This record gives sequence, structure tokens and C-alpha cells, in this order.
Amino acid sequence: MFNALQGWLSIFLWDWLAILMTLVLQVVIVVLPIMIAVAFLTLAERKVIGFMQVRMGPNRVGPNGILQPFADALKLIMKEFVRPQQSNLYLFIIAPVLALAPVVAAWAVIPFGEGAVVSDINVGVMYVLAVSSIVVYGVIIAGWASNSKYAFLGALRASAQKVSYEIAMGFALVTVLMVAGSMNLTEIVHGQQGGFWNWYWIPLLPMLAVYFISGLAETNRTPFDVVEGEAEIVAGFHVEYSSMGFGVFMLAEYAMMVLISFMTAIMFLGGWYSPFENIPVLDPLTAWIPGFIWLFLKVAFLLFLFLWFRATFPRYRYDQLMRLGWKVLIPLTIVWVFVVGVMHYFSIGPWFN
Amino acid sequence: MIGFIKHQVKTFGLIELFKGLAVTGKYFFKKKITVRYPEEKTPLSPRFRGHHALRRYANGEERCIACKLCEAVCPANAITIEAEEREDGSRRTTRYDIDMFKCIYCGFCEEACPVDAVVETRVFEYEFHQRGENIMTKDKLLAFGDKHEAQIAADRAADAKYR
Amino acid sequence: MTFEQLIFYILAAIAVISSLMMISVNNPVKAALWLVLAFIATAGVWITAQAEFLGIVLILVYAGAVMVLFLFVVMMLDINLVKLKEGFIRYLPIGVLAALGIFALMYMVLGPNNFGMDVTGEPVRFDANHSNTTMIGLALYTVHVYAFILAAVLLLVGIVAAIALTIRRRPPHEVKYQNIDKQVKTQARDRFEMIKMQPVKEKPVENKKEEDE
Repeated sequence: MFNALQGWLSIFLWDWLAILMTLVLQVVIVVLPIMIAVAFLTLAERKVIGFMQVRMGPNRVGPNGILQPFADALKLIMKEFVRPQQSNLYLFIIAPVLALAPVVAAWAVIPFGEGAVVSDINVGVMYVLAVSSIVVYGVIIAGWASNSKYAFLGALRASAQKVSYEIAMGFALVTVLMVAGSMNLTEIVHGQQGGFWNWYWIPLLPMLAVYFISGLAETNRTPFDVVEGEAEIVAGFHVEYSSMGFGVFMLAEYAMMVLISFMTAIMFLGGWYSPFENIPVLDPLTAWIPGFIWLFLKVAFLLFLFLWFRATFPRYRYDQLMRLGWKVLIPLTIVWVFVVGVMHYFSIGPWFN
Repeated sequence: MIGFIKHQVKTFGLIELFKGLAVTGKYFFKKKITVRYPEEKTPLSPRFRGHHALRRYANGEERCIACKLCEAVCPANAITIEAEEREDGSRRTTRYDIDMFKCIYCGFCEEACPVDAVVETRVFEYEFHQRGENIMTKDKLLAFGDKHEAQIAADRAADAKYR
Repeated sequence: MTFEQLIFYILAAIAVISSLMMISVNNPVKAALWLVLAFIATAGVWITAQAEFLGIVLILVYAGAVMVLFLFVVMMLDINLVKLKEGFIRYLPIGVLAALGIFALMYMVLGPNNFGMDVTGEPVRFDANHSNTTMIGLALYTVHVYAFILAAVLLLVGIVAAIALTIRRRPPHEVKYQNIDKQVKTQARDRFEMIKMQPVKEKPVENKKEEDE
């Protein structure tokens, strides 16, 4: 479809302009729904946490509070962007952009269904990992450019935490690559065809846990949100940000949550495949449901887990957080690399063939 | 040894985390106790201490005899009373002001009053738009009492057996 | 101009400009950030040259990890720029000499004599499905396997040496250490004990008769 559009555009435009326009269109088609999903994720978070605290959550704006995210966005946009006098102007403005841009860029390789991917590159997993490792710069620069001690301490915590947990995350992905034998996300999903017992979460159950826990740490979500620990460092790296600068940081955090959920669903939970494949009665009954619905259901469940954890767990102490990352998760992943190697050697189950 | 294995299972099985999740998961489905305030209201006690009022006897005579007990007992010094003899020789107030900003709604004035003149009503939804409006004068308080007399009397009656 | 060329020129321009900025800005934090930008632009150039694995590893390892730790250190330094610039003129000749030497070396290795179509031959253009990763993997684990293992051992030695140099356990009577394993394993019953006691009624205090009057 996009090739046809590009061909049609290149009849009366320069080639590069035609390519650029097609690319921008593709980006908009992917990013717009993501941003809307992020907006409603903030609402879902408040609702879910409210429900778990026997409250109702926001219910004033629109029916049952459904328009709350737009009210929030409007409020943030209307506010004044305050810049601390001693801050570094350019870096201070660039930081939120640097936090959001990589998260958005990562969506380029995420497949939403069979062939429904902007760029089906061979090193998809590495790409997502690399791009999400750039997010740290947004945080570090925000902390440093604010010229505030709280922001700086928050940035130091954030960068140390993210770099540490990225290693565990990378190793967890290595096991997935070993099972799938490919770094292409579409190929990884293809390897999981045929019912939920063919998904990689069974041989890689500890890795699923490690990946998800690292994902919580990467996104600074609750058991690991020492970055913004209100009690000690007020709000961490974004204390000095107001208005949409703050809003963009929030946007980046939630977009990252959605990204982690998508990656987990794709790599461990069979992507867009139905869980009922090859099951006698349920398969024909659910065959009419398109693949992306299954993917979205899985992602929605994982996002719910994010919110559920936030409503449940207290914050880790910083040294314990580092201990968990370095002394528990990383050794566990390294051990599991060998376990997967053994499983691969003996061709166990439907996963290795 | 058994203890060690138990501990490892507990740690790596994330047992206690799941217990915590189960608690919040259970509460997720519980009936919500939120009261959507302007539309729904919580029940109020007859002893509720809200806006003040000055009451009258059934014949229309104001109750207050300017004994100044409420002024004396008021911990926030919110009440100011000036008294003079009325034409018929009875002792009455010429000024009875309550500064609603100073008032802490402790209810001592009501307790102190020997003739049940000053009372605190159930009304808590009121606001002031300008400085000076917060001073409730005698006229205003009497008018307020007249307006809410039925409710005030009912509340006193309901609470009478506990006094 | 094709789209690829456009992208290449943009990325190359960013890489060159950010490299120049990196060596010319005063603030070390800003220099590090410009270096990160140079890395990312270079990675982009590599990816356009169909070396997507290398490009992404460059971002992942250098931009994502090494430079973060580097920034970490640089941000916490309290650098006195005036003091740093002292003796700039005095050391200038040596600096120029060193720069020229390095430039000469680089020219010998990377000079125009060693590059160009006639030296390297026409680069092979692979199709979109070609896996750069597999090629690198094959080369690393067959032809260059000893060098690869040697590099790995070297890095391991580096890690061990760094830890050995920095670890500093002072005797426990000087510094109190936390045993986190023990802390985590602690249970309520280790910390307090429920003691059964007979309910004893206290005797009322008898007023002593005041004797010294």
C-alpha cells in the first residue's frame, strides 16, 4: 500500500521527497494511536489504582471520567514553562525531547500483526534495546541542566539504575534469541505459532519475570521508582520542569511502559497469535478474532500488571535495588543462558526444532 | 536444610509478592465507597457542628440574654458581644458577632449557652466572597436561625436524651 | 540525489560537526554529550552502509553504556577551567607536535592511498534480507576465534583488576557493613519475642511516713 503511494507521489515529486512523505505518513499512523493509548493509560492507571484502594478514580470529566486525559493535557499546555535561571537553556529544553524521541523511534520495528510493521529489520531486538538505552540521556541531561541538587541526584540514580537493569534485560533477550534463532521480531513471533504451549514463556519463565522486572526498573515504575522518590528527592530529575516539559517526561514514561509491554507480548507471549490455536473447540470459535486484537489483549494485561504492581508494592531501598539487579537477576539470566543451551541441545518440547 | 529450601522457594517463587497482589486484586472488585459529593452526601449527625444560628422562643422573642458565657468560653475569641438594657427592661445584646474565620467549630458556645440561644447547625455549605462577609452579625444569625428553625429544633429533640 | 545519499549526507554532517564541537567546547559534560551525538550519527552512517549490527552495537555499547558511565563521572567532577587553561601557550608546541604525529599515523593508515574503488573494489550490495549479524558471527567464531577469546579474557582481566583496585573492606570495628542477605532473610520472629508473663497486680505504692522533720 505504501509502496503504491510512494510510486504515485514520485510521479510529480522528487524521489526523496516522495520517500520522506511516505515515511512520515507511516510514522504518524503508528505514533498517533500510541500517543492516544498513552493518554488513556494515564486514566487507566488512576482508575485501576483507585479501584484497588476502594475509590472510584477520576469520574468528573466526561462520562465516567473518560475525557480526563485531555483535561490533564490541556491543563499542562496552558501552564507556564518555568526555566530556572541558572539552568542550561538548550540542554534544559532538549532533555524532554531526548526522553521521548527514542521511545517513539523504537516503534519503527514493533510488528502489530502479520506484516504490519513500519520497518522489518533483521536486528529488531537489538534496535529496540539500543534505542531504549538512549532514553537515559533525557534523564541525565534533565538532571544536569536543571542545576538543582534534587534533580541531579535523581538523574544519577536513574542512570545507574537504567544501565544496571539494561544488562539483565539484554541477557534475558539473549535467551529469547537463542530459542528463536533470529533477531527479527516477526521471525520471533513466527517461532511461537501453534497454541499457548508453543509460546516462549514456558521454557523462559524465569526470563519473562526478569525481563518484566527489568522493564519495571527501566521505566522507573513503582517498586523501582527511587528515581523520583518523593520523600528524599522530591520528584527526581524532573523537579524543575513544569508545563509541557513535565508532560513530555510523563508521556515518555508511559510510552516506554507500552513499549515494554509490547516487547514482552511479542517475545514471550506469542505476539499476535491466538492462545487457542490447535485446541479442538475453542480454535474454530475464536478464529474470527483478528491477530492484533490478541496482541492488544496481551499488552493490555501486561499494562494492567504495571498498574497492579504500582498499587501493591512499596518502594525498594536503593542498595537493595542494585543488589537485586546485579546479584540476583544477572546471575539468573546467565544461568538460564546455559539452561537454554542444554534445552536446545536436546531439542526439548515444541520450542526447539 | 529444609528451612533453606523453604526460603529459596519463597524467594524465587515470589510467594509473598503474589500474596500482596492477591490482596490488591481482591480489593479491585470490592464495592467502592466513594461518595460523589455534590450529588451524593454522607449522612450527618444531629450533633453536627456547622454554621451558627441564634434561636428564638416560640413567641418570637430572641433567646439570647447577653450573659456572655459563649464569648468567655470561645477558645478562638471569635465571638464579640455588647449588651444594653432594652426599653422593656430586659437584658439583650446590641451586638452579637461571630467571626467565621476565627471560629474553630468546637461547639463550646452551644454547650455554654444557658438558654440554648446560640447553636451550630447542620449547614456546612456556605462561602464568603468578600472581606467582611465573614463577620456574622446578630441580624444575620437570627435570620439564619429563623430559616432553619425546623431542622434545628428536630436536631435538638433527637439529641435531647443524651444531654 | 537518492534518498540514501540524502540520509548519508545529513548523518555525515552531524557526525563531523558534533566531533568538532566535542573537541572545541569548554564544558566537559557538553563535550561528552557531543561525543554521544557523534556516535549516534556514525552508527547511522554504518547502518546506511548495511552494517546494521555494528551500528546498533555502537549505540548500545558506547552511547548507551560507556558514555553514560563517563558522563556520570564527568558530571560529578568539579573542574576549574581557568586552572585547566593555564600553560596553554607553554604546552602548545608539544600539543601541536603530538597532533601532527597522530595525524601522520592516521594518514598512513586511512589516507586516500588505501581507499577508493581501485583499492577495495566495488562493495557488494546485499539484498534487504541479508543478515549482517550472521556474517559477523561466522567470522568472529571461526577465523578470528583466538583474537575474540583473547579480547574477552582481556576484558575479564580488566574487570577483575578494576574491582581489585577499588575494593576496600575496612575492618568491621571501623565501619559498619550491612549484610543485605541477612537483612532480607530476617523474619518477624527473629526480631522480637512474645513472652508469656503471669499477670501480676502491682502493689499500690505505700506512702512512707516522713521521718526527718
